[in-house]
Amino acid sequence: MDRGQALKSTIPEEDYMTSGHVACPGCAAPIAMRYSLKALGKKTILVLPACCWTIIAGPFPYSSLKVPLLHTAFETTAAAASGVRAALDIQGDTETTVVGWAGDGGTFDIGIQALSGAVERNENILYICYDNEAYMNTGIQRSSATPWGAWTTTTPAKHPEDKPKKDIVEILVAHQIPYVATATVAYPRDLMTKVKKAKGIKGTCFIHILSPCPPGWKMSDDLTIKASRLSVQTGIFPLYEVERSQKYTITVPKKKGVLVKEYLQLQRRFAHLKPEDYDTIQENVDRAYKKLLHKVQQSETL
Amino acid sequence: MKKILMGNHAVSYGALLSRVEVIAAYPITPQTQVVEELSEMCAEGKLKARFINVESEHSAMAACIAAEQTGARAFTATSSHGLTLMHELLHWAAGARLPIVMANINRSMGPGWSIWTDQNDSLSQRDTGWLQIYCESNQEVLDSIIQGYKIAEQILMPVMVVLDAFVLSHTYEPVDIPEQELVDEFLPKLNYPYKLDVKNPCSFGSLLPPEYYLELRYKMQKAMEEAHDVIIQVDREFQQMFGRSYGGLVEEYRTEDAELILVASSTVASTSRVVIDQLRDEGVKVGMLKMRFFRPFPTKEVTSVLQGARKVAVIDRNISYGQGGIFCEEIRSVLYNINKKEKPPVFGYVAGLGGRDITPTTIREILFHTLKEDKPKENIIWTGVKH
Repeated sequence: MDRGQALKSTIPEEDYMTSGHVACPGCAAPIAMRYSLKALGKKTILVLPACCWTIIAGPFPYSSLKVPLLHTAFETTAAAASGVRAALDIQGDTETTVVGWAGDGGTFDIGIQALSGAVERNENILYICYDNEAYMNTGIQRSSATPWGAWTTTTPAKHPEDKPKKDIVEILVAHQIPYVATATVAYPRDLMTKVKKAKGIKGTCFIHILSPCPPGWKMSDDLTIKASRLSVQTGIFPLYEVERSQKYTITVPKKKGVLVKEYLQLQRRFAHLKPEDYDTIQENVDRAYKKLLHKVQQSETL
Repeated sequence: MKKILMGNHAVSYGALLSRVEVIAAYPITPQTQVVEELSEMCAEGKLKARFINVESEHSAMAACIAAEQTGARAFTATSSHGLTLMHELLHWAAGARLPIVMANINRSMGPGWSIWTDQNDSLSQRDTGWLQIYCESNQEVLDSIIQGYKIAEQILMPVMVVLDAFVLSHTYEPVDIPEQELVDEFLPKLNYPYKLDVKNPCSFGSLLPPEYYLELRYKMQKAMEEAHDVIIQVDREFQQMFGRSYGGLVEEYRTEDAELILVASSTVASTSRVVIDQLRDEGVKVGMLKMRFFRPFPTKEVTSVLQGARKVAVIDRNISYGQGGIFCEEIRSVLYNINKKEKPPVFGYVAGLGGRDITPTTIREILFHTLKEDKPKENIIWTGVKH
């Protein structure tokens, strides 16, 4: 059985997204949504703040989604999801999954207060952040998810991003919620397994999906899957999960010998980097991965 | 059943009797007893509602919006900085046509920090699309919450019930608490025609091109216009069922043959009644127009009551900097088109900002000043400025 057939046999055929959505070519966000909805199924209500998906879902009176969708203000995803959950609960519907679906700006920056509030209350919601590492919908301005060294329109090549990417996963883990995980569209089965797992857990679950953006990352639109895969193989974006804020498990290990340079060089947002910058990034990634491995080992003894 | 209640608890009882299903709230002085009492009611099982202890007022309104959109009756209460933090979502709630009811305890805006009453917090939400009811007594507060849901759910616009910090919020008065069965009859559960429902998937709040936006805003204005008759009808039905009426949008007090009409709102109206009675005893032909609703603006009532009066004095416990008292400016505006001979001079008094007391003496001075002058010399007549 070749690879394609293997995928076909394990990924449900039912779709809750339609063709005709208005994402840019090569955008990972609709792919992430499509897989997530396949895992979530029909009994799902989506809450969506201002983000690329506001556009992708289609203007009134159209929708590219077959599940109920509530658009909400930029900073309110988790609060609005809490409101939907409360209303469903009081009406006796504890089955429907309420999903907050927000970009990195709406999660790492403007929405983090409402997110922290909802997470601290351990609301029975699933929050998925599709992270394209800048404000892409408004034209590529940096966010606190923009990685060190990246060009954006507000961190120009002469003075690129000089802060490390905010560690959102650890922030969520610190809230002691039942489930936090990372995913990419290059590993759909891993992504769907995590979404399904989250769906079955009572309490707040958070999934962080890296979402390559060809125009924002300045790369060809056929490189989305490759970039996603390299982000995992290099260890820049490790695929792992944290259960009960204690048990760390790497679900797809990095690949030995694949250097971050390979990932960075796909994207012209890093074109201005000097050779020593690659070394710095490589060192940082190696250190972070080592730290993660340490957490995995530690949690094995728990 | 009569109980001695503080204004804040009158709000809680109003929400209890309205059988609200989702409450999302954040504490702020002087609103706290509203949500404390509601938390108690939920904990005891007297009120079957989900109470969300959100981390801000902004999230409170976001959760209320989402809950209403999912088909649950939602409630919150706030004040001052809490209300103004919600501002973005007040637009959202009205634009989404959600019949949320909220209590706002009128408290002044900082800086400097002030916990005392004035109306600038709520009046600066004027253009958000919320109906605004200004209450004079704790009974009116409780009744207005129930009336508020009835009105909101008919026209699908949100309602803000407003009461003065401390003067009402923390003051105990006897309040008649209606029977739950009667309230249930008066306020049946709304059957939402569209809501978030997995059996009938719909999108709410999608990108709205210029082709559609204007019409939806036109419909909001039409709903506000329709609200006029709905408010009067609801008040009438309320009277039939509970024996109390608030006159709908406005209440007239001793305006028959009045040559001078005082316009007041909130608890200033109740103090004014005393002064009006005194002056009537002294032979002065004076009456009062109590502004209960600010939105929708009672244009028809204001015009018919004030038209032909010799003078009008408006007390504003609020100010729009660079213009004047907000009630006064709106009253002048609606009187602009009436017959010149019947157009009274409108004296605009700004008083009591930041909770400075507006006493019977203050009101008496205002009225005597109006009687003495032919017409206002200034746009704003300041009352009690000492420094």
